[in-house]
Amino acid sequence: MTSAVSFQKVSRHFGSVRAVDAVDLDIVPGEFFAMLGPSGSGKTTCLRLIAGFEQPTAGSISIFGERAEGVPPYRRNVNTVFQDYALFPHLNVLDNVAYGLMVKGVGRPERQKAAEEALALVRLPDYGARRPGQLSGGQRQRVALARALVNQPKVLLLDEPLGALDLKLRENMQEELKSLQKALGITFVFVTHDQGEALSMADRVAVFNDGKIMQIGTPEDIYQRPKTRFVADFVGSSNVLPPDFVQRYAGQHRWGSLRPESIRISRANGEGVAARLVSTNYLGATTRLALDAEGLRLHAIVPAGAALPREGEAVVLTFNREHLHLMDELG
Amino acid sequence: MSLDAAMPRATAPAILPGSGGVRGALSDIFWRRPQLLLLLMLLPPVLWLGIVYIGSLVALLLQSFFSIDEFSGLINRQFTLKTYGDLLQAANLDIILRTVTMAALVTLASAVIAFPIAYYAARYARGRWKALFYLGVMLPLWSSYLVKIYAWKLILAKEGILTWLLAKLHLLWLLDAWLSLPIVGGNSLSVSSTGTFIVFVYVWLPFMILPVQAALERVPGNLVEASSDLGASPGQTFRNVLFPLALPGIVAGSIFTFSLTLGDYIIPQIIGTSRLFIGQAVYSQQGTAGNIPLAAAFTVVPIVIMGFYLWGAKRMGAFDAL
Repeated sequence: MTSAVSFQKVSRHFGSVRAVDAVDLDIVPGEFFAMLGPSGSGKTTCLRLIAGFEQPTAGSISIFGERAEGVPPYRRNVNTVFQDYALFPHLNVLDNVAYGLMVKGVGRPERQKAAEEALALVRLPDYGARRPGQLSGGQRQRVALARALVNQPKVLLLDEPLGALDLKLRENMQEELKSLQKALGITFVFVTHDQGEALSMADRVAVFNDGKIMQIGTPEDIYQRPKTRFVADFVGSSNVLPPDFVQRYAGQHRWGSLRPESIRISRANGEGVAARLVSTNYLGATTRLALDAEGLRLHAIVPAGAALPREGEAVVLTFNREHLHLMDELG
Repeated sequence: MSLDAAMPRATAPAILPGSGGVRGALSDIFWRRPQLLLLLMLLPPVLWLGIVYIGSLVALLLQSFFSIDEFSGLINRQFTLKTYGDLLQAANLDIILRTVTMAALVTLASAVIAFPIAYYAARYARGRWKALFYLGVMLPLWSSYLVKIYAWKLILAKEGILTWLLAKLHLLWLLDAWLSLPIVGGNSLSVSSTGTFIVFVYVWLPFMILPVQAALERVPGNLVEASSDLGASPGQTFRNVLFPLALPGIVAGSIFTFSLTLGDYIIPQIIGTSRLFIGQAVYSQQGTAGNIPLAAAFTVVPIVIMGFYLWGAKRMGAFDAL
């Protein structure tokens, strides 16, 4: 089967800056693919390479089997939902949504009907006559989505689309985007720096750092079995354990990772890792503990309501050997 | 503790004393009554504009309703429409038509030339290039208007550099063909309407570039990307996104180029044919002819035209994107 998007050794350099550096990537048709990474890691440049706003310095890009280098954005059947929406301020909502059909020469009645349907799909019917300036952030987000979807793109690109929304709205939109993607069957490529968002929405996640992909896998792969220290650290505050520490408990001289929720805490008289409780952070459903174990800073998460030692008290940490994940990096 | 030593919080009062004196008292009064400050700041310019400027305009308008006694040459201070009747004579209508056509063409050409320059400055020029752009656009405004026009007279003259250049390029036949045309032609560019047009465009171009550049600068770059992403070719993006969003700037610039051309009397006097423009008509009527009422009536024409122009621009939605 041909990939929806395929990168072969794609690089994009800006002068001496390697924004994207020899990236290989295959996105399966119909999947929800997330590009996760800190700012400046090259994930947005990858998205812009797919959209056609950037051209690769080296390597080749194909979209559904067709070579895309040198093809301008307006000839790609790919649409983007921009980070700050980029709605046209001089057009009303309906004309914004119908814009793509208008420039393709679709007649006024047809394109308005399609635009109204797209607005209904994002649950904004009857908003067509308004100007973008009269909408809230969440509504603009939906209009931007409708404006892209009305063109029935082969691939929909989303550039941190939920970044500007408040928490509650963001959670709603995450669910909605996910179900919309399932219903439409369009390939979604989603850029985010929020690991929770990537893990909860995507079928597969690519973790970016310094213009390279560190790991590609299912959210579970990425979360449970990080390959490198960077992935373990960036995806959900895993405890990164140095090789000497891992040697003692798993017998191999490699970097390891241990999820905070895998650590159990008991009074300082059993067998395990001796540690001292530094501070506690109440998070609602759980409590996050900062621990000092032989000079190593570890974090543990325990359910709220559990009996906790006092700050500064000596404790013993235990964990199931299977939960200690060994990474590819040797010491 | 060290903070307490620097600022003895315990002894500090909750309300600080005023700075004292007239200035302190004035500051407090203005803070409590901001309208008073606004009034004081606006009064001088409002008086200036209201009395000196609007007042003299009204006086001028009134003059146009007087008439001149053709035998004695004295002004008859009785309200009459006779002067406007004189204004509508064929010779005067010819002057008005010529001036309005020239102003419209100059405006159109300025807009066409200014847009790419403004677009480059707003989208691409950064740092040193941007400074160079501003310098390039503003520099002509700093030098004397007359020097520039006489310089153009030399450039456009039969012995001038332009004719020389065209001769070197073996394109003199093109210039001769153009100059042999009626209306736009003449003995040389410096005594033709084409010459007047070129110099008008040169002199007023900065007044078009700057507002268009300001308007384009306010258009976020991702709107252009969004348009392209949605399938619009560069031409379609220009028509559907860039042009409508730059239109308020173009209209603002056109107000300058149009009204400045309507009122100018120096350029057509130095460069061009002997046929008059409105500004020259006003100049000769109030000077040598001593016909102040007719000069006033001529002055009313650009005001009325600009009124209609702005009204039309507003009707067409030129200011919607503001």
